[in-house]
Amino acid sequence: MQKAELLQGNDACVRGALAAGCRFFAGYPITPASEIAHGMARELPPLDGTFIQMEDEIASMGAVIGASLAGAKAMTGTSGPGFSLMQEHISYASIAEVPCVIIDVMRGGPSTGVPTHLAQGDVMQARWGAHGDHPMIVLAPSSVEECFRLTVEAFNLSEKYRTPVVILTDEVIAHMREKVILPSADEIKIFDRRKPTQPPEWFVPYRDPGTGVPPMPAFGEGYRYHVSGLVHDEMGYPTTRADEVDPFIQRLFHKISRDFDKLQWGEEYYTDDSTLDIVAFGSVARAAQRAVKQARERGMKVGLLKLQVLYPFMRRKVTKLMRNSPTILVPEINMGQISREVKRVNQGKCKVETLNKVAHETMTPQEILDKIGEIYA
Amino acid sequence: MATTGKSKTKETSPSKTVKVYKGWCKRCGICVAFCPRQALETDKDGYPSLKDPRGCDGCGWCELMCPDFAIVVEDAKS
Amino acid sequence: MPNGRHIIYDYLRTTKRFPHMWCPGCGLGTFLGAFLRAVDKSGYTKDQIVLISGIGCSGRISTYADFNTLHTTHGRALTFATGIKLTKPGLKVIVIMGDGDATAIGGNHFIHAARRNLDITAIVINNSVYGMTGGQVSPETPLDVRTTTSPYGNVESPFDICKLAEAAGAAFVARSTVYHVKLMERLIGRAIDRKGFDVLEIISQCPVQYGRRVGLKSPVEMLQWQKDHAVTQEKARGMSEEDLKDKIRIGALVDNEAPTYQEKLDAMKQSFKGVE
Repeated sequence: MQKAELLQGNDACVRGALAAGCRFFAGYPITPASEIAHGMARELPPLDGTFIQMEDEIASMGAVIGASLAGAKAMTGTSGPGFSLMQEHISYASIAEVPCVIIDVMRGGPSTGVPTHLAQGDVMQARWGAHGDHPMIVLAPSSVEECFRLTVEAFNLSEKYRTPVVILTDEVIAHMREKVILPSADEIKIFDRRKPTQPPEWFVPYRDPGTGVPPMPAFGEGYRYHVSGLVHDEMGYPTTRADEVDPFIQRLFHKISRDFDKLQWGEEYYTDDSTLDIVAFGSVARAAQRAVKQARERGMKVGLLKLQVLYPFMRRKVTKLMRNSPTILVPEINMGQISREVKRVNQGKCKVETLNKVAHETMTPQEILDKIGEIYA
Repeated sequence: MATTGKSKTKETSPSKTVKVYKGWCKRCGICVAFCPRQALETDKDGYPSLKDPRGCDGCGWCELMCPDFAIVVEDAKS
Repeated sequence: MPNGRHIIYDYLRTTKRFPHMWCPGCGLGTFLGAFLRAVDKSGYTKDQIVLISGIGCSGRISTYADFNTLHTTHGRALTFATGIKLTKPGLKVIVIMGDGDATAIGGNHFIHAARRNLDITAIVINNSVYGMTGGQVSPETPLDVRTTTSPYGNVESPFDICKLAEAAGAAFVARSTVYHVKLMERLIGRAIDRKGFDVLEIISQCPVQYGRRVGLKSPVEMLQWQKDHAVTQEKARGMSEEDLKDKIRIGALVDNEAPTYQEKLDAMKQSFKGVE
């Protein structure tokens, strides 16, 4: 039996990363993400892992990719301004198919914004911040326990699909302390990247084995191959041939989208009979959960879908709600980012209401409850 | 072992031959211009060729300098 | 008897199409040949070498050689190298960058990699210009030179890459020109053999985007310029500052022993074992 601990979200991310087998961290100080670096700097060296504080976030992400190519599970942690700098190399990790995990603890922006108050303004950046067409997996915990669990899952997904995975937390989730009982090592399922199973001479580094995810050797294991940020052929060499470029980009997307059904991670509350459903994530989902409970106490049939996967957007679960409820409410601490996605999949089926707060402070259950009352009135 | 870039006192070295891979040669002219014994010349198409096999002492400078790995000094027998 | 042929052809990727993509007379090919001969002499196997490059003409070097190769982003090759070296210290990590790559967009990574004294060999191929993008001014373009982005003459002073590296803490700093091909090969070999952060600046020629802008009309004229302007360390000692003004010092400029980043990490990790 594991013992109960009082942890903050950032600590739980560290514990999750270590449990998943992360042994390399490169980062640059930034509030409110610094505790992740502190934890990794303390924990990694005794585990024979490596922590390095780089000269900036671009460098941090480069080092993370290098470590992953050399065979380590690697991660970085940052906040909005640093996350912007990392986008160049997130794009690289995407095209070169290098597993890695990036935690963005969102704070109030744009730019230096309101350091370091709460916001959820990096949703679109997490999805589309990197240049070029690329797939992206973005997870969003809304509790300390989920910080642990989703960090483990972020590594599993990045290893499984050979792709960068972003964990979007926010200042409240990162610094909030909760009592948690973390699972023991044998209760945690770990996925490690697949390695080639043929002799090096027969290895074709970027050939689709049927799953869309080519096996990945580490540098130094005898499989000498070329890794590039240029669109490449099966051998890894740059190509501009349309008949090679198109299938390559298609494969990047399809290796993830083929498992779309498996990525519908969210928790539903009172959605069986609801006539108004809330779709929320991160710290706002916590306020929404309380608001839903209070609304139920007042006889309003309100439900909640708490998103744990932001991208690929959980269309399956959200459209299911839309079949039952005439109205969807999307509260978030930005001017409307996840609500765009809800509207995109809604296609006129029901009414999508938004509740946006950009004062860079917590959204309270009362504010959501007021909005619910407004919709009911 | 590579020899030094300086010409030897030896007059001729008929045991050497210079091979040019024209498919790789970009006719930059470096080998012809800097051959320590001026043993190379440019042919009518702009590719290097050996003027006189006895003029080459096999120092290999052209081979070291060629940016395109397109010129090779070998033993005549091989 | 020159044996470059067999050595070079053993290390070039037969799965890659040749001739390579560089322009006629470009110094990169000559550098690659010297590099492969130096690697061969070093005794490292192909599997032990990781060759990393940035973006630009020099960035394409990694594609052609049969090692673990990594073609990274513009200016950031050293950051990837850092992650690889710290994860697999047994690998020989060699980074090749251009002058814009290493000293403009990658300037910060360059000085910090040197400061850390990572066990990495960093080679900067300096052709004084951005070649691939169309002949723009670089941090290595001399004053007054007209380029596509300095059409009225360059008003910025160039960096001295070797002095920059030395000031930042590089353990070994050396310079060669492409013309001095044997010196270049020896210095690459020395850098590979050493531990610590090694910086090797190679003065190279870009006949297409640079030479013709400074009155050097062919690769041959550019190499002649290198020959005329380079002075060895030995020769430089007997020359006045005035005489050295337009000259390029070649040879090993700095050679210091200092504990590497890895050695310090290993010592730290050793201390944990002592605690238990």
